[in-house]
Amino acid sequence: MSEIVASNETILVVGGGISGMTAALEAAECGKQVILLEKTPALGGRVSQLYRYFPKLCHPTCGLEINLRRVKANPNLRVLTMAEVTAVSGDAGNYSVKVRISPRYVNENCTACGECEKAVEAEFDDEFNYGLGKRKGAYLPHKMAFPQRYVIDPAIIGTADADKAKEACKYGAIDLDMQEQEIELTVGAIIWATGWRPYDAARIQPYGYDRIANVITSVEFERMADPYGPTGGKLLRPSDGKEAKDIAFIQCAGSRDRNHLKHCSRICCMASLKQSTYVTEKHGEDGKATIYYIDIRAIDRIDDFYRKVKENPNVSFIKSKVANIVEDKETGNPVLRGVDTEGYHRYENPHDLVVLAVGMEPSVPADAFPVDVEINEEGFIEASPDNGAVFAAGCSSDALDVNRAVQSATASALRAIQVINRAAGTEG
Amino acid sequence: MSNMNTAMIEKYRNNFLKEVEANVEEGEWVKMCMQCGVCSGSCPLGPYWDHPPQEIFMMIRAGKREEVLSSSSMWMCTSCYNCIARCPRGLPITHIMHGLAHYADRLGLAPKEQPTRKFAKHFWDNLTKKGRVNELKLGLKLYFMNGFGEGIKTAMKMKDVGLGMWKSKRLSIGELWGGHSIKDTKGLHAILNKAREIEEAKAKKFEG
Ligand SMILES: Cc1cc2nc3c(=O)[nH]c(=O)nc-3n(C[C@H](O)[C@H](O)[C@H](O)COP(=O)(O)OP(=O)(O)OC[C@H]3O[C@@H](n4cnc5c(N)ncnc54)[C@H](O)[C@@H]3O)c2cc1C
Ligand code: SF4
Ligand code: SF4
Repeated sequence: MSEIVASNETILVVGGGISGMTAALEAAECGKQVILLEKTPALGGRVSQLYRYFPKLCHPTCGLEINLRRVKANPNLRVLTMAEVTAVSGDAGNYSVKVRISPRYVNENCTACGECEKAVEAEFDDEFNYGLGKRKGAYLPHKMAFPQRYVIDPAIIGTADADKAKEACKYGAIDLDMQEQEIELTVGAIIWATGWRPYDAARIQPYGYDRIANVITSVEFERMADPYGPTGGKLLRPSDGKEAKDIAFIQCAGSRDRNHLKHCSRICCMASLKQSTYVTEKHGEDGKATIYYIDIRAIDRIDDFYRKVKENPNVSFIKSKVANIVEDKETGNPVLRGVDTEGYHRYENPHDLVVLAVGMEPSVPADAFPVDVEINEEGFIEASPDNGAVFAAGCSSDALDVNRAVQSATASALRAIQVINRAAGTEG
Repeated sequence: MSNMNTAMIEKYRNNFLKEVEANVEEGEWVKMCMQCGVCSGSCPLGPYWDHPPQEIFMMIRAGKREEVLSSSSMWMCTSCYNCIARCPRGLPITHIMHGLAHYADRLGLAPKEQPTRKFAKHFWDNLTKKGRVNELKLGLKLYFMNGFGEGIKTAMKMKDVGLGMWKSKRLSIGELWGGHSIKDTKGLHAILNKAREIEEAKAKKFEG
């Protein structure tokens, strides 16, 4: 790897999701030196795992492609993947950051031809598909992955599979001796954009995510709807592989709940409204979506979207937080039980498939931040003068949709630029 | 209608929520309910309630005083605590149900023939006598709660259970005469009398 040059006029962005990419690009396009660190082998974050995104229902690949083109074109921006911050010291305008880079075992020669993947036998749960499918021990994280470079799973190092992969590569791209690296960077400001993760659905005991095959999460449903996903875009029941036509969505699964996440995750109402359109898109008149909710929180311009979905006779709304789910052993149907708030009727409704609209929690747990920042009760980074020149962007600051995440990223880029200008003496 | 009831209607006029907040155990939590319905759906006795907890909380806020206090609903609560465990807003629902039942009883509005209420009274009388529950006497009292004929029928139906309890020394015929007791029954009665005094003084204030 070539030497990474950084100074106190460099901005470090941690996390290469839509927020981190936006912040990095905004700063780099203003002429600042930027290093973008991403923990996984590819940029894109969770947006790249969506099938479509609201409110326009376009495919995220489109927006991602534009951003990737900007990344490739910008000489001020340096991307490091499989990299994590382990420690930060110093003050605003002059930080020293320790970074650990995990070995990819594949170098710049890779053309993404895929020969190594064919040669390898071992398979692992595919993290890009939230474990719904399998990937090989030599893999491209996803089709839009940047960099377009394969990865060798560390679990096959030292096995015959690793040698097979190396032999299959015609370009000499596989380097099985690659080692973990520790580097130290000097930077003037840090943008923290490590994003979110879905709340662990198995902890919502009455919903039986860990016991009932046909209870899945909203993030898994996104992967299912994607034609390039594990089911080829078909909405299939995990229990028997049959097409699911009558699909229930349970809102606030793990959010607004003292036993789980106290905050409203803000995007899940919109996500379920959006996903109800997948049901009609795939099945037409035969598709039925039922949304169980406490109250629908579709905000500002997004309210139009809500109204449109409400007009669809195949989408119904039940004002009730489902109390529990049991499985009908004969049909595999999850049966939802509860009492609705409009009339207090007791119901027991079977559906083909249940999607839990899981909440968003920060991807970095409050006690695991390698940098001294103020964390609020929900685990998100609070804007505080005590944070020095560490600025949160996107979902590491709050539960946000892409639109708001990108706004927050741009704001954080501007703050970082001001610090750098001060350090360089070009301001004031 | 009891004096206390008239006094309370006078005092709180149209604000039943305020009345509940001031007089019912954990009543100040009622306003925190967000009407999600999890408690109602989680109650194992749910189908037998006229008004599940969620609805009771809404009725309190809507000022349906008579309907709430004379309802048999909160008497259905068996203290399983399922609702408390699951309520997303942390309402102590079980305690509120017992608080409402107790308050309705004090005001003389509780349904007279409600079996849980009758049982509670028998249980209390039985327990407070000696500080220990006299299983035999309590059982018999319950069997005959609804008349002699039904009492005999129930006793026959339950005889195997009784025999089993007797064999495993959980029940003694000797309990019919006196029965076992705590060491200091006098002390217990003194405590209970004091508690009653305090309660009555509170009620007096309203009856004026
Ligand atoms: C079911 C569902 C559907 C959704 N649909 C939509 C939609 O249609 N429209 C919309 O606007 N929004 C939608 N959202 C919200 C959207 O996913 C978020 O707004 C978006 O992902 C926020 O981007 P981010 O960059 O802040 O975080 P992320 O996407 O989480 O990106 C964070 C990045 O940081 C990396 N990272 C994490 N930890 C570290 C670390 N320690 N070091 C280095 N890198 C790290 C991660 O690998 C990741 O690449 C949806 C959310 C859900 C749950
Ligand atoms: S956005 Fe909707 S589903 Fe998500 S936590 Fe808020 S109210 Fe619940
Ligand atoms: S579970 Fe809690 S918040 Fe929900 S209706 Fe019952 S008391 Fe109200």
